[in-house]
Amino acid sequence: MALELVAESLIHSYNGHRALDDVSLSVPAGTVTALVGESGSGKTTLLRSFNRLVEPQRGTVTIGGADVRNEQPELLRRRLGYVPQHGGLLPHWSVRRNVALVPRLSGIGSPETMGDEALRQVGLEPHTYGDRLPHELSGGQRQRVALARAFAARQQVVLLDEPFGALDAISRSEAHQAFERVRRERGFTALLVTHDLAEAARLADHVVVMRDGKVEQAGRIHDLQHSPATSYVKQLFDQARAGHAALGRYDT
Amino acid sequence: MRIAPVIFMLLSSVQAWAQAPATRDRPVIVASKPFGESYLLAEVFAQLLESRGIKVERRPGLGATEIAFGALRSNAIDVYPEYTGTGLLAILHEPRDSAMRADPRRAYQRVAQRFMAEYGVQWLPPLGFQNGYAIAVRREMATKLNLRSLSDLGRASADLVAGFTSDFIGRPDGLAGLSGLYGMRFKSVRPLSPAVKYVALAESAVDVIDGYSTDGLLARYDLVTLVDDAAFFPPYEAAALVSPRLATGRSDAVAALTLLSGRLDEASMRTWNRRIEVDGEPIARVATDVLKSLGMLGAEPPAGVTAVPATRPGFFAYFWGRRAETLELAVRHLQLVLLALLAAVAAAVPLGLVLERTRRGAEWVVGGLGVLQTIPSIALLAFMIPLLGVGFLPALVALWLYALYPIARNTYTGVRSADPEAVEACEAMGATAAQRLLWVRLPLAAPIVVAGVRTAAVITVGAATLAAFIGAGGLGEPIVTGLALADSRLILSGALPAALLALVVDGVLAAVERAVRPANLRARKRTKPVG
Repeated sequence: MALELVAESLIHSYNGHRALDDVSLSVPAGTVTALVGESGSGKTTLLRSFNRLVEPQRGTVTIGGADVRNEQPELLRRRLGYVPQHGGLLPHWSVRRNVALVPRLSGIGSPETMGDEALRQVGLEPHTYGDRLPHELSGGQRQRVALARAFAARQQVVLLDEPFGALDAISRSEAHQAFERVRRERGFTALLVTHDLAEAARLADHVVVMRDGKVEQAGRIHDLQHSPATSYVKQLFDQARAGHAALGRYDT
Repeated sequence: MRIAPVIFMLLSSVQAWAQAPATRDRPVIVASKPFGESYLLAEVFAQLLESRGIKVERRPGLGATEIAFGALRSNAIDVYPEYTGTGLLAILHEPRDSAMRADPRRAYQRVAQRFMAEYGVQWLPPLGFQNGYAIAVRREMATKLNLRSLSDLGRASADLVAGFTSDFIGRPDGLAGLSGLYGMRFKSVRPLSPAVKYVALAESAVDVIDGYSTDGLLARYDLVTLVDDAAFFPPYEAAALVSPRLATGRSDAVAALTLLSGRLDEASMRTWNRRIEVDGEPIARVATDVLKSLGMLGAEPPAGVTAVPATRPGFFAYFWGRRAETLELAVRHLQLVLLALLAAVAAAVPLGLVLERTRRGAEWVVGGLGVLQTIPSIALLAFMIPLLGVGFLPALVALWLYALYPIARNTYTGVRSADPEAVEACEAMGATAAQRLLWVRLPLAAPIVVAGVRTAAVITVGAATLAAFIGAGGLGEPIVTGLALADSRLILSGALPAALLALVVDGVLAAVERAVRPANLRARKRTKPVG
């Protein structure tokens, strides 16, 4: 059973810089929302408010209706999967051990069995890859391991911080496929930070465009594309389209 | 690894210095300063006491006057040979008084009275000879420039290069006062170690040196000592200087030592010194002969002394002959190093972790430890004496202070730079701070931490050789004695094992460094096909 994510009127500043300026957000249970925007727009700060790596100065964050501040941070975080930009795998641990991290922290089930199951779901055969060290994998494989780690303990929520941004096009596509498959099978709620509209369009049900700590527009990608609320959103889509058009010229 | 013997060794050494001061009937601790005659007189004291059934502990070659006297007044040692003039000027800082200079007895009475009143330290009646500064030149130069007295030297000084011991250059009764009185202005003044000054003079590297009037080497190199015609130097009568503890509590020892008063003269001392400094005879044997010549020792010499052959053996034979002693010194050296290192690891690793966690002030603390590192080890050792006396404990503390910096710094930077993304991912997935430390940060930082321990270990093995200056023993003991006696074989018999020990310690820790290297940094042989 998936959980709904809600943020209400979040305000947060770092050294006088307002990273979140009255931001509200709602991710319905079992859906994927992409947070899109430039660096410094506040999207990562918003993501990290959900697992309390950031504690907003004002506003409330709830997961499945419960205020995150009522739960001990460590326990909360074990319920929320997390995929950082470069995977953040422990370099000295085998793939199997990495993936079994959260089951082991939570003390549930048999960590390695759960880990192996997750590995299979992202398309990595545990028998072949389980004993390898992260540096013995390709970049795409590493990100898929990081993804497996984020849901191996049957997390109902997964937070992803530009997880596929640093991959080449082919690896990224493989990772996207893995993500879509896993999402279908596990049905978790996900919040995905990305600066790539095409990725957002492919993986997410909803898109939230952020700029300077504020939500510029939120909704289905189709609606944003056809009726952008601000010139910034329009510009964003125009740029993405221009990129596609440039590719299209060689498409014959 | 067989750890049991190491632990036993450490425990026994801890026990040794924990117990020593506590026992009521501790042995009489006989010390000396690091030059030939002082070693000899101390050994004479020691053997005399032993022949009277008194237990003795030897602490030869303590740094210099400040260190030896500092140790004596705090009862860290019990007796060492000192000279009245040194007491008058270097310790009491009395102004020049020409009347006293002319009369050795007045000088003795003065120091005896003031030392007892101010420090509770007792001067036993003088041994019977003086060993003052002897400003010496080569005979051929004395003839050519017609030098007989220090006044003559003052006139000729502008063309001469002086080579003085740093002790002499620094003391108020040394160079400053001397050149003031006699109008000396040397072309240049070079600081020389006692070990090389005679050779430097004989080979014309310098033209004037400061010797001691009973030095055996004065005769060997055919040198002329210049007459102190304006009575600059006070009398330097040798006597046993006795600690407050011994003076008040051990009348048996004091009575035995007093037997030597008035029994030694300058000519015989020069002969005895020559046997040590020129002929390289073992100090213990010469000391036995001194006591025998005074009829204070029976026909039977102490065990082990007669076994040494009279001729100078080759280096390897010499070294082989010292193997038991060298092993004993090496074990003590290793105890000192290992204890200091273990204590430093126990303190510096947590310190590095705390600094990394608080960050605030971390650079200051690490910087402060770094400054500590720049204090020359001999100075740091000397600072320990007023606080902890002489011997094993102050040396241990000084070495510990030295070892802190590389370990704390490497722990701090190692843990700080340990894969921040992996650490953050662990935090984001609900690992506690302790789990992050034990699972990620420490394992990833381990090789860097061990590298810090390795640096500290090599520094400590080296610095521990200097610990001999404050009586901590170890392989520095033959080095210090050898330097004082210009005996290169003796120096090597300490320096070579010390170097070997440094290599071994470094090698062991290099193996530890490899063993703690995290899996991702190890070369792995992959047999399974990929994919």
